[in-house]
Amino acid sequence: MKVLINGETKEFQDNINLLELLKVEDVAQPDMVSVQLNDTFVTKDDYSSIVLKEGDTINFLYFMGGGA
Amino acid sequence: MREFSDEELERYSRHIILEDIGIEGQEKIAQAKVLIIGAGGLGSPVALYLAAAGIGEIGIVDGDVVDLSNLQRQVIHSTKDIGVAKVQSAKEKMEAINPNIHITVYQKFLDASNILDIVKQYDFVIDGTDNFAAKFLINDACVLANIPYSHGGILRFGGQTMSIRPHESACYACVFDAPPPTNAVPTCSSAGILGAVAGMLGTIQATEALKYITGAGEPLFNKLLSFDAKSMQFRTINFKKNPKCRVCGEQGITQIKDYEAVTCEAKL
Ligand SMILES: [Zn+2]
Repeated sequence: MKVLINGETKEFQDNINLLELLKVEDVAQPDMVSVQLNDTFVTKDDYSSIVLKEGDTINFLYFMGGGA
Repeated sequence: MREFSDEELERYSRHIILEDIGIEGQEKIAQAKVLIIGAGGLGSPVALYLAAAGIGEIGIVDGDVVDLSNLQRQVIHSTKDIGVAKVQSAKEKMEAINPNIHITVYQKFLDASNILDIVKQYDFVIDGTDNFAAKFLINDACVLANIPYSHGGILRFGGQTMSIRPHESACYACVFDAPPPTNAVPTCSSAGILGAVAGMLGTIQATEALKYITGAGEPLFNKLLSFDAKSMQFRTINFKKNPKCRVCGEQGITQIKDYEAVTCEAKL
């Protein structure tokens, strides 16, 4: 199954959910990322219940708190 | 409309000959009021460029004094300013660049008790703060007061920015909802920042303010621009306002409140 992650097409096993994807993609701190699935932001509580489909577009947006 | 002197016409000539700005655009710049929150890594380049551009009224907020470890990136401050209030040091440099503008300094940190009264007096706000409590507070205040603003964040070799027109484009909370848990947050002192990266992001924020004020081009509304300076890759992610947003959604906030503060100095 192919999905588009942060602008890159990648191959994953079928029926992978968002929580598993975060692990496979090595997102060390899931708390530090906002997940966008096909233009919609997903709440953290829903990560394990959302199963990816062929052609899904996923973006990880990282928290960046610096400025000074 | 304001009559420019010969000195000002010469000073701003490279703006005025830009088709998208012209004399009308420069007049809008001269009449604009911009608030810069934070006179640090992001606030420094923003303040220098907005002063040079001739923004008529600039407010600058910071409760800190200049420290030796700031000088690697906070380019508005000099070695002789160590120990001086950042807002005073910044005001001096801005006036030296452009004596035609008016600068108001707020030597304090913003919180729920004072932010709305200050933000309300401006047309555009720049978030140049270094912690999530301040960033979410600024977002809440700008949404409540309906003031457009530029969000900016930097970390190590990376930066990200989005511009927000409250109730029309997505706000910071539409994208990031709420501050991350405090134990997950790398702070600037523990994480580090390449000084020039602060300059890259700050100059984008200054550009966004000038675009909004003059109407030139399209500000980063409903877009998050992020870059990684190591690969020098820039990426823009598009989104829309979240109708269920905690802050600007249908059940959004009606009052300002403080968020739990994790500052750069927090022990982690
Ligand atoms: Zn929102």
